Amino acid sequence: MITVAQVVESLGAQVAVKGDMERMVKGCYISDLLSDVMAKSKEGEIWITLQIHPNIVAVSVIKGLSAIILTNNRRPEEETAKRAEKEKMTILVFSGSTFEAAGKIYTLLSQ
Amino acid sequence: MNNKIERINEPIEASFQLLEGDFANAGAASSAMKRVLMDLGVDEDIIRRAAIAAFEAEMNVIIHGVAGSLHYIITRDHILITVTDMGPGIPNIELAMQEGYSTAPDWVREMGWGAGMGLPNIKKNSDEFNIDTVIGEGTTLEIKILLNDRGERR
Amino acid sequence: MKIADILRVVEGRLIAKGMSDSLEIQSVCGSDMMSDALMYALKGALLITSLNQTQVIRTAELADIPAVLVVLGKPISQDMMSMAEEKNIALISSPMSLFTACGKLYEHGLRSCHEQQNRED
Repeated sequence: MITVAQVVESLGAQVAVKGDMERMVKGCYISDLLSDVMAKSKEGEIWITLQIHPNIVAVSVIKGLSAIILTNNRRPEEETAKRAEKEKMTILVFSGSTFEAAGKIYTLLSQ
Repeated sequence: MNNKIERINEPIEASFQLLEGDFANAGAASSAMKRVLMDLGVDEDIIRRAAIAAFEAEMNVIIHGVAGSLHYIITRDHILITVTDMGPGIPNIELAMQEGYSTAPDWVREMGWGAGMGLPNIKKNSDEFNIDTVIGEGTTLEIKILLNDRGERR
Repeated sequence: MKIADILRVVEGRLIAKGMSDSLEIQSVCGSDMMSDALMYALKGALLITSLNQTQVIRTAELADIPAVLVVLGKPISQDMMSMAEEKNIALISSPMSLFTACGKLYEHGLRSCHEQQNRED
């Protein structure tokens, strides 16, 4: 089992909002469609998305996701970061694309 | 080489109507424009830039613009794409040009648009780009792409 | 990577053939935001998405993306299929999630458009 901190290290991602870094990452879900994340993501998954608006925090909290990874160097909106801090939801910023993040986390989770 | 563009005498132009919410026809105007450029034998990287810029401009009208039009005119050395709408106008162009800034509603995001990349990408693909916007009246985008460079830039 | 090999890796079904036989895919854009594909996808890339709307095919057509993979087994409408056939775009459906499809293709050597771009530069 890997932790959020290990994902940060493996991706070389920036920590935009620091939540529980020792939280276990049970899997990964990728989507930019919030309705899909609400319907299909599972507790403990780390979520890769391009969406930066505040609703991503609410969705992550409701679904019990372990952290959010924003790709293509996209940064959370100010309000998003504020809400994430309040909810202690980790938000990471990755400079590469969604596909690259997926590939690296897939490798990490398969080890 | 099938390069008819250097032999056209009269400019080639066409206009298309665009309607907010008409996702079914989104991109149809850009697609028709792309075919004309292909028939003229324009360099494919230049066509790609024109097609991408036109499509993003079309989507802007379909997302925000109430109603509007896309018009293009092709001459021997450039294509000028003008997209006009009757939408709410853009309150802050500088913000709108920032990647990631979007005012699109949630339902638009659930359809795969509204990532705040449209205008920056139109600019990136244009040789000359101009926005004219009046709050409450509408927005006009002018996208000019030169047809005779070799399309090396991206 | 050939379309036939991609189909095997993602347990996919070919909905529209496009230029499948001659395609050699090297780079991938995985996204549900079409502007992301329009901004970053390279010519000749594979687009992997969970959107099942005709605008996905439009995006592929206009950005010279010859192949689209729709994940989560989302239903493909007749309109989407017809447009893919008309525009000569290979359209694949896979039951896998976006994460699993991307992960497996990465494992088989495909790279993102960014990484491919850096390799070429």
